[in-house]
Amino acid sequence: MAAPAAIRRLGPCLWELGTDFRPGMRVPVRVFASQKLVAAMDDKVFEQAANVATLPGIVDASFCMPDAHWGYGFPIGGVAAMDVRSGVISPGGIGFDINCGMRLVRTDLSWPEVRPKLRELVDALAARVPAGVGCQGFVRIDRDGFREVLREGAPWAVRRGWGTPDDLARTEAGGCFAGADPDCVSERAVERGVRQIGTLGSGNHYLEIQVLHREGIFDAELARAFGLDLPDQVVIMFHCGSRGFGHQVATDYLHAFLRTRSGSPGLPVVDRELACAPFDSREGRDYYAAMCCAANMSFANRQVILHRIREVFSEVFHRGPEALGIRQVYDVAHNTAKVEEHGTGRARRTLLVHRKGATRALPPGHPELPPEYRETGQPVILGGSMETGSYVLAGVPSGAQAFFSTAHGSGRTMSRTRARKLVRGSELQERMASRGILVRSASLRGLAEEAGFAYKDVDDVAAATEEAGLSRRVAHLVPVGNVKG
Amino acid sequence: MTGAAPFEFVEGVTSDLCFVARGDSLPAVFAAAAAALLDATVEAPETLRETELRRLELSEPDLELLLLRFLNELVYLRDAHALLLRPRELRVEVAPGEARLVAELAGERVDPNRHRMASDVKAATAHGLSLVPEGAGFRATVTLDV
Repeated sequence: MAAPAAIRRLGPCLWELGTDFRPGMRVPVRVFASQKLVAAMDDKVFEQAANVATLPGIVDASFCMPDAHWGYGFPIGGVAAMDVRSGVISPGGIGFDINCGMRLVRTDLSWPEVRPKLRELVDALAARVPAGVGCQGFVRIDRDGFREVLREGAPWAVRRGWGTPDDLARTEAGGCFAGADPDCVSERAVERGVRQIGTLGSGNHYLEIQVLHREGIFDAELARAFGLDLPDQVVIMFHCGSRGFGHQVATDYLHAFLRTRSGSPGLPVVDRELACAPFDSREGRDYYAAMCCAANMSFANRQVILHRIREVFSEVFHRGPEALGIRQVYDVAHNTAKVEEHGTGRARRTLLVHRKGATRALPPGHPELPPEYRETGQPVILGGSMETGSYVLAGVPSGAQAFFSTAHGSGRTMSRTRARKLVRGSELQERMASRGILVRSASLRGLAEEAGFAYKDVDDVAAATEEAGLSRRVAHLVPVGNVKG
Repeated sequence: MTGAAPFEFVEGVTSDLCFVARGDSLPAVFAAAAAALLDATVEAPETLRETELRRLELSEPDLELLLLRFLNELVYLRDAHALLLRPRELRVEVAPGEARLVAELAGERVDPNRHRMASDVKAATAHGLSLVPEGAGFRATVTLDV
């Protein structure tokens, strides 16, 4: 692991590789990270970010967030904005798990109230929110019903009584990306997704009960505005996406783009996973419409999971969700491409912003924010490893430098294969229990892959986003119970 | 068709699973890659029964895309139909501008009482994908998104 010699430091948390780093780069690479984080990044991060910089229509720079690590095609933690007329859309710039994202829920419960019931809660959550390979949800709909989900997103779930309008107001884009067209989605994608609404999945997906201690508060005013203002307050955070449906959408279009490029190689081929299509083309528009379907399935998935969480907490504490103060803080995606307006006046541009393992972080005053957050900036949910805790951040005006994007998590430092060699899942489960973290995992092998040592220090990542001017720290949350896929 | 085919998981993309599969023929290396995918998906795959049969016929412009498509078909069958399958017969043909595969797959449906599932493979990716001659046989390198 070493940053290339050609990298130049432009600021305390900003680094640049110029367009002369490798042939074909249209824009520089800019990395937001402390010296410690940049030194620990895989060398492949820089190579991949430079590859992204060769894509047609990219503007300003190929960005890496502080949690960037080696991905497929784009680095994880990569942000690339394309001109909507001359640029491309790439499934590899979004990821197979389209609209993988985070949802944070606050409660009025304190840790002393929850501690005696933690085991009951975690067991009930593990039973009611299916996790692991091949898990199926409780929602039973036919394929036509599923296509309604694809068009409507989270509002579909709220319409059926699985949530409230307030949940939608506190969800990115209201829980529905405009432009979804189920006709652009294959039958096999529908087959994979139709029974998966309300499921966590596997890999790094999880549902966590966390505690906000007084010493975890960085900005008391913002924390209060986000509803995070009680002593030893218990919150719930979960991380999941569009499940097999999104995976199949990405697979279908990746194959389609690869076949097209094999026949008519008009675009640069530096990594087949960067296969792309002009956004302003039939193929590009179809993929965007299908990707929006997957984004909407994911919003609906997280909405249904929130409903199950409300049910479980109500049953365990014999009080309704309102009496328990269960309210969504925010839901935000970190694997998407979105058409967004950036800049002002004559500098205003319409761009397709790819965020792969990167979170949108709108600043105070942004018109897309709900009234509750118009003055605070958007809540950002930074999911750490299951051993080290997570952060709540807030968007800031200086985030404009990276199209209002920030980190999405800790970022891995080692492969799953290596992590498995270093610890056994059962051993890790016991170690976490001894530290007060109760874990229920669908796969002990998968648990080992997610060990805390496989990730960067989440404190370093959160601090770097602040120092880089991408977002500011609001609160640090400590895990106490975890349901892992 | 050769018997048990070798593969190994190697260091690679930090968020995902990478493997190298080898075989003394194209069918053998395709079967080895399928075995690696199955190993990533379920623990003790050698215990799988053969109660379900499926036939696959695929065509792609080149061998690497054919391998990618083959693995993603197996991912689809597992996720959409809960089928854990491996090839029992496999034929690969290469012609100018086209690579074709015909496979007879055998295995069983996921049974939570008997199968301990491992990783939820989302897809086989095109990142770093290669299928190259090695000695008298072939070597495939594949990254799985998990």
